[in-house]
Amino acid sequence: MKILVCISNVPDTTTKVTFTEGNTQFNNTGVQYIINPYDELSLTKALELTEAQGGTVTVINVGLVDTEANIRKALAIGAHDAIRINATPVDAYYVAEQIAEVAKNGGYDIVMTGRESIDYNSGQVCGLLAEMLGWPGINVITKIDIEDGKAICERDIDGGKEKVSCPLPCVISAQKELTEPRIPNMRGIMAARSKPLQVLEPTSNEPYTKISVYEMPPAKSSCKMIDAANAGQLIDLLHNEAKVI
Amino acid sequence: MNVLVFAEHIDGSFKKSTFEAISYAKAITGTSSVTAVVIGEIDSSKLSELGKYGASKVLHNSQALYNTFDGAAYASIIASAAQKEQARVLVISNSYCGKNIAPRVAVKLKAGIVSGVVSLPKIDGTSFIVRKPVFSGKGLADVAIETDIKILAITPNSYQLNESPTDAAIENIQSDAQPACQSMEIKRVTGKIPLTEAEIVVSGGRGWKGPENWGMIEELAQILGGATACSKPVSDMHWRGHEEHVGQTGITIKPNLYIATGISGAIQHLAGVSSSKVIVVINKDPEAPFFKAADYGIVGDVFEVMPQIIDAAKKFKASSN
Repeated sequence: MKILVCISNVPDTTTKVTFTEGNTQFNNTGVQYIINPYDELSLTKALELTEAQGGTVTVINVGLVDTEANIRKALAIGAHDAIRINATPVDAYYVAEQIAEVAKNGGYDIVMTGRESIDYNSGQVCGLLAEMLGWPGINVITKIDIEDGKAICERDIDGGKEKVSCPLPCVISAQKELTEPRIPNMRGIMAARSKPLQVLEPTSNEPYTKISVYEMPPAKSSCKMIDAANAGQLIDLLHNEAKVI
Repeated sequence: MNVLVFAEHIDGSFKKSTFEAISYAKAITGTSSVTAVVIGEIDSSKLSELGKYGASKVLHNSQALYNTFDGAAYASIIASAAQKEQARVLVISNSYCGKNIAPRVAVKLKAGIVSGVVSLPKIDGTSFIVRKPVFSGKGLADVAIETDIKILAITPNSYQLNESPTDAAIENIQSDAQPACQSMEIKRVTGKIPLTEAEIVVSGGRGWKGPENWGMIEELAQILGGATACSKPVSDMHWRGHEEHVGQTGITIKPNLYIATGISGAIQHLAGVSSSKVIVVINKDPEAPFFKAADYGIVGDVFEVMPQIIDAAKKFKASSN
């Protein structure tokens, strides 16, 4: 089985977000970048599947050279090889186009993504790739088994869960609970240095969307404190003052 | 500008987010029409509910093979409808189902897509800009869509319902798209409001000491007609399921009222809830960072404070009925 795992390079979850250049750029000064947590779950699951059934796991990232630290981390966790498309990931559509170009002739059985990236929160790449490749796609999965050339998944739906199957090849996106992330060990880190990392140039597609300006969310003015001995007063305030109940 | 809405329903009932999507579409059409696409069997009296919010036409595909969800087939039906209606804007609720379909429709129509939209578009000449939260709510971005056809996946509970009664003309449509996914089992929690759509959310953190103490959180949520949620540690320790985890690596929510109990307010948690309209924080630590993001705060032990609030909420509900 050949699995392609898409990894995105995102600011660590503890990052205090600020913007720069007249609020047109994310301020990455001092920001630590990590593998998008949902993508890391996909990577671990891909390794579990290939360890059980045989096969290889390739990671792919659309990013400039500074993402290679996290690509090496993915190799240290256990991916066999890696591809970096040398381009700034302007929007999800653009990223998916680059990955689809690699995936369509790569002979992969499964392409895996995360549910969404924790920076732009669009959750589009799974669906975009599935459509570009003409494959079935199952998003937000919490379980996957491969049986008789089919992926049998459990996915989150609004207000519940669905068990659903589709033929391979397919595209899936990982939700929390799919598995637990792995921490690379010393042997993995050493091995990662010599694993193949191929750099490809992007196909030149114009992005369809562009961020024109960022803004900070409005700050709360002040917090009205209520005495704990008189906590029931909260309900009155929520009804008469805040008007939310 | 013709606008097409995918009108999602669950087992024959439209969701509130569907009516929000129609209201949103009506606000951007001006004098042009709003067309809704409905897929799967549903009672015809239900279809006319869409007219109440301004849909003047409903395209209904009732072929039984589409009663269960398949992203590729649904996207094909919606894209064909959009071409038939010459829609320039498509509005899809950013539900789990919508997240699956909207990107596929975008590929079919070569359309720019923005997911998680929380504002009406600002349209000026050829410029078309919508706002969405980024970094899980730590920031907001205005995104310009530069294609002729635009797809907006809108966040539930971010646009109010507006009635604009119209007689919806119902038209049947057919498709030959073959579903690739086969639904084997659906488990829905009945009688509970999905967290992503709830207007009121009562949430608990480590301060509750263990899953056996969740009764009070559930009781307050039930009295107020809200949903329950939890912090990341609570979900990581399996006190509650991951589907209740709100925060940067969980679900981002936007309720009218968020009541956080026994949660200190780490930056990752705040990211997921900061766009709530009103935030109440109950915590025994007066230095808890959450108070800085709150509208109302109570410094006290949740085990002492919550019973008083539950009591007051019961009295309030009894008097308002």
